Amino acid sequence: MTTTAPARPMTTAGPVRRGPASRMAALGRAELTLLLRSRAALFTAVVLPGVMAVSMRGLVKSLDLGGTGLSIATVLLPGTLAMALFFSIYTNLVGVYVTRRESLVLKRLRTGEVRDWEILAGGALPAVVLAVVQCVLLAVGLTVVLDAPAPDAPHLVVVGLLLGMALLVVGAALTAAFTRTAESAQLTFLPFMMASMAGSGLFLPREVLPDAVAGISAWLPFSPVMDLLRGGWTGDLGGMDQGRALLMALAWTAVAALGVRKWFRWSPRH
Amino acid sequence: MNTVIETVGLKRSYQDFDAVRGIDFTVARGELFALLGTNGAGKTSTLELLEGQAVPSGGTVKVLGRDPFRDRAAVRHRIGVMLQEGGFPPELTVLETVRMWAGCTSGARPADEALALTDLSGRSKVRVKQLSGGERRRLDLALALLGRPEVLFLDEPTTGLDAQSRRDTWDLIRELKAQGTTVLLTTHYLEEAEQLADRLAIMHKGLIATTGRVEDVVSERPSRISFQLPQDRFLGELPPLAPMGVTRHSNEGGTVLLETRDLQRTATELLTWAHHTGVALHALDVRSASLEEAFMEIAKGLDEEETR
Repeated sequence: MTTTAPARPMTTAGPVRRGPASRMAALGRAELTLLLRSRAALFTAVVLPGVMAVSMRGLVKSLDLGGTGLSIATVLLPGTLAMALFFSIYTNLVGVYVTRRESLVLKRLRTGEVRDWEILAGGALPAVVLAVVQCVLLAVGLTVVLDAPAPDAPHLVVVGLLLGMALLVVGAALTAAFTRTAESAQLTFLPFMMASMAGSGLFLPREVLPDAVAGISAWLPFSPVMDLLRGGWTGDLGGMDQGRALLMALAWTAVAALGVRKWFRWSPRH
Repeated sequence: MNTVIETVGLKRSYQDFDAVRGIDFTVARGELFALLGTNGAGKTSTLELLEGQAVPSGGTVKVLGRDPFRDRAAVRHRIGVMLQEGGFPPELTVLETVRMWAGCTSGARPADEALALTDLSGRSKVRVKQLSGGERRRLDLALALLGRPEVLFLDEPTTGLDAQSRRDTWDLIRELKAQGTTVLLTTHYLEEAEQLADRLAIMHKGLIATTGRVEDVVSERPSRISFQLPQDRFLGELPPLAPMGVTRHSNEGGTVLLETRDLQRTATELLTWAHHTGVALHALDVRSASLEEAFMEIAKGLDEEETR
C-alpha cells in the first residue's frame, strides 16, 4: 500500500463542504450509468412509451368521442405523455429503490453526508430527465403524425407534467416501501398503474366512463394530472378546475410523502 | 485529554431485546479503541449509535463533542464509516463507485489516491460484482477514508481478508493513527486488537465486561500450566501448591490445571519436582495469560453469573 497524504490540519476550517446539489448530481450520474447498463430497465423506460402510443392510437380511433368535446389528438397526446411518465419514472424507480435497498446500497449511503431525501431524489434524476426527453419527443412526434393543433394552454401541460413527475417519484418510493424483493418489484407497480390507466383516464377519457364511476375516479391520485394535461391541449379547463387539480395533485403527493417518511425502509428486512 | 468519543449509560433496545444495556467509555484523540465481543454482544448496535445511525434508547453519546444523530450535519463530514456489510451497485466499476461517493463527501481525496491506499489501483475499471469478498472490503475501506476523516469507525474491517491483505490493512490503520486519526473498530480477531489497539473493551450481552489497555486486561488474568499425571501418581504428591504460587487448581480425569500469577516460579518448581521424582508430565502446556484467555474467561464468567 502507498503512503497516505497527511491528514488535514485540524486547526483550519476544513475543506469546502459538499452541498445537496453536488451530492444529488453524483448519485444521479451513478444511477444513469446503471440505467444505461440495464437492458430491461432501458426497454421499459425508453421503448415501451413509444410502443404504447402506437397501440393506443388504434384503441382511441375506435372510441365514440361524440359529445365529449374531445378528439383523437386530445385523448392520445395527454395519455401518451402520462404513459411515458409511468414507464420512465414510476415502474423504473420502484425497481431502482427496491434493488438498491436489497443490495444494501441505501444503508451504506446513509452513513455518509448525504441526507435521506437526497438519496431518493438523486436516484430519481436520470428517470426524470429521461421522462422529460420522452415527453418532448412524443409530443412533437404525435403532433406531426396526427396533424394535431398545438396545446391551447401549454403552461397547464408543463404544470401537469411537473406535478405528475413529483407524484410518481414519491409514489415509486412508497410502492418500494411495500415491495420486499427486486422480483416482486416487477409486479407491485401494477395496481397503481392499472388503477390510473382505467380510472384516471390514461386510455379512456373519464368523460366516456359511466357517471358513477367517473365521479369516484375523479378523486384518484393521477386524475388531476390528466385533467391538467388534457386541459392544456383543449383549453377547456376553467380557473376553478385548474386550482382544484393543482391542489389535489399536491395533496396526494404530500400524503404519499408522509407515507414514505413513515414506511420507507432503508435496509432489507431480516 | 482531548476526548473525541464519549458514551454515558448508553442503551439501545429493540422491540423484544436489549442489545446495549448501559455502557460508558471514552476515546481520546488519536487513540485506537477496539470493541471486542462474541456475536450478539452489542458491538454493531453500539457502533451504529456512535455513527449517528440510530437514536439511543437511553444514555448519551457524543462524537467530537456533538450528538452524532441530532447534529449530524456538524459531525458526518468529520467521520468515516465502514459497515460490517455495506452495499455497492454491482454494475458500477470500482472507479465509478469511488466517484459517486466522492461527490457526496466534503474534501474528498482524489479517487486514485483513495484506491492506492487500499491497493485497488489495478482494479479501478472492474465492476463491483466481479470483486472478491476481500476486495469489496477494501473498497469499502477506501470510501470510509475518502473524506480524510478525523474519526474512523470500522466494523470488522478485516473479516474475509486473506492474511496478506489483513496485514496490509493493519499497516494502513497504523499509518492513519500515526497521522492523528482516532479509530474505533470492532473485531472478532483478538490478534487484531492485540496488534492495533491502545485500549479495548470486551463486550458481552450488551455490557462492557472489562476495559483498559491490552496489557492491563491481560494481566488481570492468571497464567496456566496444564499436564497429565501418570495414572499411578496423585496430585497430592506434588509439593504444596500455594507456596509454588498456584492460585487455583483442578484435576479432571488426570489432566491437571494450575493457575498462577507467577508463571516462572510455578513452572520452575513443578519441573524441578518432576525432574527429581522422575515423573513424565505428558501434554505439558505452559502459557502466559493472553487476550484470548481473558476473553474466554469473561464470556464464561458472565454467563455463570447470569444463570446463578
